[in-house]
Amino acid sequence: MEHAVERRSGPLAGVSTTKFAMWLFLASEAMFFAGLIAAYLVLRLAGSQWPVVADVLNVPLVAGNTFILIVSSVTMVLAFASIESGDQRRLRQYLIATAVLGSVFLSIQAVEWRELLAEGTTVSTSLFGSTFFTLTGFHGLHVLGGVLFMLYVVARAYQGRYTKEEHGGVELMGLYWHFVDVVWIFLFTIVYLV
Amino acid sequence: MSAAKRSKYLTVFAVLAVFTVVEVAVAFTAIAKSTQVVLLVALALIKASLVALYYMHLRSEGPVLKVIATFPLLLVIVLLLLPVFDLALAQ
Repeated sequence: MEHAVERRSGPLAGVSTTKFAMWLFLASEAMFFAGLIAAYLVLRLAGSQWPVVADVLNVPLVAGNTFILIVSSVTMVLAFASIESGDQRRLRQYLIATAVLGSVFLSIQAVEWRELLAEGTTVSTSLFGSTFFTLTGFHGLHVLGGVLFMLYVVARAYQGRYTKEEHGGVELMGLYWHFVDVVWIFLFTIVYLV
Repeated sequence: MSAAKRSKYLTVFAVLAVFTVVEVAVAFTAIAKSTQVVLLVALALIKASLVALYYMHLRSEGPVLKVIATFPLLLVIVLLLLPVFDLALAQ
């Protein structure tokens, strides 16, 4: 993933084509999740039967999982800051830590899903089940995609492809990862707390 | 990496962690549902803004990327308000 910084002037000066494209992609992703959240709200507010969320969902477990995702955002930004100062060893360490934390998040989500399925809440039993599994499932897929993307970046980091001067791939990885964190901040509030 | 940068990122992390604890506390406190919703949405917006501004470095980006990041937010507000008004009128 080479990071071609074109010599531009004007408001896009210094912004690479890939970073510009990533922000546009994230904007479209924001609308994708906004559509899902709007559907969730309509169904929940208009739906006649909705369970008391705290009775059905394991909020303390997911609060812990939210904390893990926040920590992973810190390790990701520290990975970026490390390569900005040319520290390749710390870059690798922080990237691996982020991938591990992302995997832990997915594992805990799998435990949560297993509990719900064992209790009889599935994607087809109720509107609550349908919307819950759709929202958290699509987010989980994004985390999974992020972990795979991260492993690719880790492999390139081990090849010494990122330097103090050239580390656009790490920046793109970071933008995607933090976006997934931002989406979870809203999902945690809307699905688990409200 | 510079100590100042590291300190900035860790301060943002501390705020995010504390706000998450506050969110859970608010969710389990017996207060009016409307107050609860307003508080929780406000906390989520602050947390998301902190991540975007400091971890995604939007704070130091130029106007174009700021517009690209903000514009969907305006569309999201419209998208979320329309069904709420619709439901309110239907009731």
